[in-house]
Amino acid sequence: MTSKKQGKESRKLDFSTGWDYAPAPQSSADITLAKRYKHFINGKFVAPANGKYFSTINPATARPLAKVAAGNARDIDKAVKAARAAYRNVWSKMAPAERGKYLFRVARIIQERSREFAVIESLDGGKPIRESRDVDIPLVAAHFFYNAGWADKLNYAFPTRSVKPVGVAGQIIPWNFPLLMAAWKIAPALACGNTVVLKPAETTPLTAMKLAEVMQDADLPPGVVNIVTGAGDTGAALVQHPDVDKIAFTGSTQVGKQIQRQLAGTGKRYSLELGGKAANIVFADAAIDQAVEGIVNGIFFNQGHVCCAGSRLLVQESVAEEVIRKLKDRMETLIVGDPLDKNTDIGAINSKEQLERINAYLKIGAEEGVQVYQSSCAVPDTGFWCRPTLFTGVAQSNRVVQEEIFGPVLAVQTFRTVNEAIAKSNNTPYGLSGGVWTDKGAKIFKVTRDIRAGVIWANTFNKFDPTSPFGGYKESGIGREGGLHGLEPYVTLN
Amino acid sequence: MASTAKLPNLNQVSRVDQVGVEERAARFCARSIKNESKQEALMMVLSMIDLTTLEGQDTPGKVTQLCHKARHLNAARPELPTVAAVCVYPTMVAVAKKALTGSNIHVASVATAFPSGMSTTKIKLEETRMAVAAGADEIDMVISRGAFLQGDTRFVFDEIAQVKEACGKAHLKVILETGELGTLDQVRRASVLAMHAGADFIKTSTGKVQPAATLPVTLVMLQAIRDYYHETGRMVGMKPAGGISKAKLAIHYLVMLRETLGNAWLTPVWFRFGASSLANDVLMQIEKQRTGVYQSLDYFSLD
Repeated sequence: MTSKKQGKESRKLDFSTGWDYAPAPQSSADITLAKRYKHFINGKFVAPANGKYFSTINPATARPLAKVAAGNARDIDKAVKAARAAYRNVWSKMAPAERGKYLFRVARIIQERSREFAVIESLDGGKPIRESRDVDIPLVAAHFFYNAGWADKLNYAFPTRSVKPVGVAGQIIPWNFPLLMAAWKIAPALACGNTVVLKPAETTPLTAMKLAEVMQDADLPPGVVNIVTGAGDTGAALVQHPDVDKIAFTGSTQVGKQIQRQLAGTGKRYSLELGGKAANIVFADAAIDQAVEGIVNGIFFNQGHVCCAGSRLLVQESVAEEVIRKLKDRMETLIVGDPLDKNTDIGAINSKEQLERINAYLKIGAEEGVQVYQSSCAVPDTGFWCRPTLFTGVAQSNRVVQEEIFGPVLAVQTFRTVNEAIAKSNNTPYGLSGGVWTDKGAKIFKVTRDIRAGVIWANTFNKFDPTSPFGGYKESGIGREGGLHGLEPYVTLN
Repeated sequence: MASTAKLPNLNQVSRVDQVGVEERAARFCARSIKNESKQEALMMVLSMIDLTTLEGQDTPGKVTQLCHKARHLNAARPELPTVAAVCVYPTMVAVAKKALTGSNIHVASVATAFPSGMSTTKIKLEETRMAVAAGADEIDMVISRGAFLQGDTRFVFDEIAQVKEACGKAHLKVILETGELGTLDQVRRASVLAMHAGADFIKTSTGKVQPAATLPVTLVMLQAIRDYYHETGRMVGMKPAGGISKAKLAIHYLVMLRETLGNAWLTPVWFRFGASSLANDVLMQIEKQRTGVYQSLDYFSLD
């Protein structure tokens, strides 16, 4: 038996040498970035109250791209006042079909400028151009198109109810899908008649500032969309502003809890999209090769900076060896490097801080005694990089199984029975997403019914569509975004 | 061979999810192959071609000329590789063999009542022996799709094993005719069956049935080859055939091959394109890489 196994070891596939792909960089020559970006308030670019700016860098080179205004409470106050005035005087009074026209216009401009947006998203955030070009930006346009359609049909969305907007929405978005999260937040808010103050993430503000230009080009009335850049304290100022009617936040569970505490008793409405530790469950009767591809898409998409990433793999014991072998082979073909190269599969880790967080978990994993496997690919010398990583031999009690790592790191566990898989899958404070892989339809229905998570994919993973609601159970958040459900946080129903 | 080979349990063959396969295949097409990688790929494609003519109108003259093309793809560019093989009907094997004397180019012959396979095993074996006796280095057989789809996998298995025996030293390529198999699950099962029966290569199509080779079908077969290699340690070759007429598509196939089976398979020993018009498109791309401009087809010899 041993000798047979050794024989199979020597049958390893070789992905290391031979025909390599020459660099195929997407040109960034046509991209113009200003040296400095001010806040976007009341339809104009406005200098920050304290005159301070901070740098946003390219995580693939660690070099600065531009300076961005550092917002404080005074900037937030100015933005909220502009949003309130626009809400009261213009946007809430406008015929709904007219609101829709503006959103359609924004969607079309984004489509026309999609390549520019994709390149900037990859420069500022480190994600591969293949993803920003084929996933992020097309979805941004799709969300504006989709919600534009609802603007004059809200009475059909909520039949027999009287539908009114909420007012001024404060929206705080993360760095993993910068422009897409802005679209998820702004499009439904505007369609329902609200005005917004948006606070982009500190490390990825550039596409939001480009979006401000789009709002100007679309002739959107001043004050309907306001964008104030800054770090966590800027966001806190927005949460605490007394004249904000609703807070929409996407980010970490820790900050989400702080926001909940601050908002308690204020009467402000809120929706929270927080962390996740989703399990991808692979049964022995699954189409194994396609499941392996789904596992890869689940955890290595966007460097694993995805709140709904399939960061836990639960694989049925009889196929565990095969799945792990094929996963390792597949990982060898993943190309890590320059986000602007069209062949790059895994780009740069978004920031130094995030890389340190991931590395800390790699260390924790090793200290806890789990086996760490990384692909053998080369990574650039400068910038922030992490090779695709597997943790095998892990237990439910390992920290790397329980805690969100938010990087290209997958923890692999085995199971024997369906019920064991469901129990392990649910044994987490999170409940954002899940995946199930099997050839049996009945098993899909059983498992998806019993897993407590907002989104569950069957025989696929990380598929997004503006018509489909997204959101979490438990510590993964409150409220839904996208689809009909995504309108609810932005309307008052009577 | 027939005595040692064992019919595998096809019910245990891994399932295939068509949506997932198509997505993965599309991803290979998103690879951007430029500059020296492209140049290298074009050379590889040329060296992997089975230059093919399988028409009722084939004449000794036409086959001889095709063989000349096989040896001299572009007479003005002697540094180009030759194709891997010339693929003809059994009656043309002797002509091709003579025309290719002194070269390393193989003569491949279709056999076994190509393309339908609608004959008796006895006739198929006789035809195989005849082609090998005439000098064929490789035999491209078709499986009995009718028997396979009726569930008589034992018959199909035995037939392949017997043809393999009749081939002697000649290499056996087994054509599954995936366009008639209906589902990717069946493609995978047929691949496993053919490999266990002794196929040296598995091949998608005759070129006479639509759809012929596609990226998803070829991916499923490559994955079957990979798993068979892991299980047995024996490498099996792959030949997509029919419908691959553009260099760009051929490069997508190479990307898929490289990322599924790795570098060991990136050679004419283990991968072939069954094609008639692909060579000229590749030659055109090579000239474009060299001179910076496209030339019209009038500058490339017809066959």
